[in-house]
Amino acid sequence: MKQPQTSRRSFLALAALTPFAAMAATACGTSGPGASSGGGGASMWFLSGQPNETTEQKAVDAFNQANPDNKITITFFQNDAYKTKIKTAIGANQAPTIIYNWGGGTLKTYAEANQVEDLTSWLDSEPDLKKKFFPSTFGAATVNGKIYALPNMYVGPIVFFYNKELFDKAGAQPPQTWDDLMSLVKTFNDMGVAPISLGGQSRWTSMMWLEYLLDRIGGAEVFNAIFDGKPNAWMDPAVIETGTKIQELVSANGFIKGFSSITADSNADQALLYTGKAAMMLHGSWTYGSMKKDGQNFVQNGKLGYVHFPTVAGGKGDPKNAAGNPANYQSISAKASDKEKETAKKYLKEGIMSDAVIDAYINSGSVPIINGIEDKLASSPDKDFLSFVYDTAKNAPHFQQSWDQALSPTAAEALLNNIDQLFLKSITPQQFAENMNATLGK
Amino acid sequence: MTNALTTAEKTPTVRGGGNQSGPQNAALAWLTLPALAFFLIFAVVPLIGVLILSFASWDGIGAIGAAGLGNWFSVFADPGLYNALGLTFLIMIASWLVQTPISLLLGVFTAGSQRYRAALAVLYFLPLLLSSAAVAIAYKALLDPNFGLATGLHLPFLAQDWLGVPSLALGLIIFVIAWQFVPFHTLIYQGGVRQIPKSLYEAAQIDGAGTVKQFFNITLPQLKYTIITSSTLMVVGSLTYFDLIFVLTGGGPGNSTRILALDMYLRGFRANLMGPASVIAVVLVVLGLVLALILQRLGGKDKQSSQLEGL
Repeated sequence: MKQPQTSRRSFLALAALTPFAAMAATACGTSGPGASSGGGGASMWFLSGQPNETTEQKAVDAFNQANPDNKITITFFQNDAYKTKIKTAIGANQAPTIIYNWGGGTLKTYAEANQVEDLTSWLDSEPDLKKKFFPSTFGAATVNGKIYALPNMYVGPIVFFYNKELFDKAGAQPPQTWDDLMSLVKTFNDMGVAPISLGGQSRWTSMMWLEYLLDRIGGAEVFNAIFDGKPNAWMDPAVIETGTKIQELVSANGFIKGFSSITADSNADQALLYTGKAAMMLHGSWTYGSMKKDGQNFVQNGKLGYVHFPTVAGGKGDPKNAAGNPANYQSISAKASDKEKETAKKYLKEGIMSDAVIDAYINSGSVPIINGIEDKLASSPDKDFLSFVYDTAKNAPHFQQSWDQALSPTAAEALLNNIDQLFLKSITPQQFAENMNATLGK
Repeated sequence: MTNALTTAEKTPTVRGGGNQSGPQNAALAWLTLPALAFFLIFAVVPLIGVLILSFASWDGIGAIGAAGLGNWFSVFADPGLYNALGLTFLIMIASWLVQTPISLLLGVFTAGSQRYRAALAVLYFLPLLLSSAAVAIAYKALLDPNFGLATGLHLPFLAQDWLGVPSLALGLIIFVIAWQFVPFHTLIYQGGVRQIPKSLYEAAQIDGAGTVKQFFNITLPQLKYTIITSSTLMVVGSLTYFDLIFVLTGGGPGNSTRILALDMYLRGFRANLMGPASVIAVVLVVLGLVLALILQRLGGKDKQSSQLEGL
């Protein structure tokens, strides 16, 4: 006779263990290559996804060939996963030597916890290196007057893309004003084409709409006040008007049906534009490269159109203002050994933005943040788009860094969560403003 | 989890542990040391750590500061907690209601010795081999409203906004969890059914009981403890459904699938609020304990009574 009797103690153990299994599984992940590879080598994490993955891998390979004693080991991670992983790794002192980041609020938390190296004096001793980059890119790398990161890669303003073929078919012109956009929504819905593609599950994609709309309605001052943590900054009437306009656009079926199940990580939102399922898309200029690569001559045949974000009647914002990523940034871990730091600095100086890398970025349709590349841009097959991006970045009176990067991680997570609800219309613009107002100073 | 289960089942029924400490047992006690050490390091120490952290403010990167009861007040004043709790219980109950009958019936079916049943059993167990993340990514791709299965197979009814409408997303998650875990519970029931003595069925047949009667009067009562074991795993396990939901919806749309474990993760590792996240971890531990004890009581009241009287 056997009774499947269970002892209370083992159930206690079972019950106690399970939540921690979840906590541990989510917190630790793999130990990663954070620990030093020994010798003078340095480690580095980078975002996966073509064409940049190949470009960066080649840069590392070239550097390692030239510096066999001080090699860089590189590991690639997916964008959304990386953002969590790097935070955990830094907190656990497992960070790679070179820390990829977006500057702004996240960099500030690293700097304030003394986790990243102050690069100010190094840059002062390397004036040529500092002069190499667009001066505007150092803003997001500066915390309390000190530079904690070196800008690299390319400038990524958010661009209003449209499918020229569909616009020709509809006999329509790209929108100049918000009212134009609303009437285009009707035109394309009547044609049976989704007006706007959006990878809403990623949430920062929806945020790009708010970044531009708030700027066009209230000017750059509104978000500057929020960024500075001024009391009741989120309660500005411009914020509420922005929310109202977005919900009107959602209600008019402006965004493709099912937008909140589409993620940007899979590039499905771009695919909707180049396969002609959607007519417009607001996205980072970096998507040009992947649309060119994946879009089967969609870009090459000149079917991709791009304009500045439409203006709003009565709005205060300068129509030349832009939003997006001023650059990407690399910091050096303060916990790395001196030899690792030396290797990392050498790589940041010589390897990461070598001439070959600059050419590769231009070839993939991006504008590297390097001064004096006008000639190179002009001789590229993508010169129209590149000069559009270059001029956008250069002529913008105000270049707003992406909100989720500019704000502290705590406020950014609350922002993304509330944006998701705003787009789902499960909260009103007023509630959105109130919820966000509660995060000021956090 | 499975380890705890097997050791639990093998534990002989000894009422009152006082009289088992002979010299032989003392020597054998050393053998439990490795397990005990692991339990201390990976369960007790983190438990204490989380309890301490729940009274601290920490962003996961900088220095840890004291917060007193501030985290507790802020978490319990946050409507997000009650939303997460409600969703956790909803998914728990719905999962139990969906999974138990299916795995019970499949378990009884696959316990039969016929060849074709063994072949089918292998197919049923396939989802058990896949990791939750892989399952979630596969479902996400299949259900993509524009490039998914619906477009590929031209089945318009499949072209729903599965992950974008709150009620659909919740239903889908319950379905995918069932798809993934029914094989495991089927396995438990299959083992349980195979342990029921054949003589009971033979006696029932002689008495003229049909298959349905046999199921309700022999199989089901004999499986009482198996049902309790499987339900405990289901209920306590549902507190930790994290990976699947994280990959599939990330808690969205809005907060409509943000269950407690996910809420804990997002607060801790996305919003850098380790203190409030630890409060939720403590809540999860207490919930898990209470639920496990309740389920234990359900089956444990009549410990002396035998299910196999006269055999």
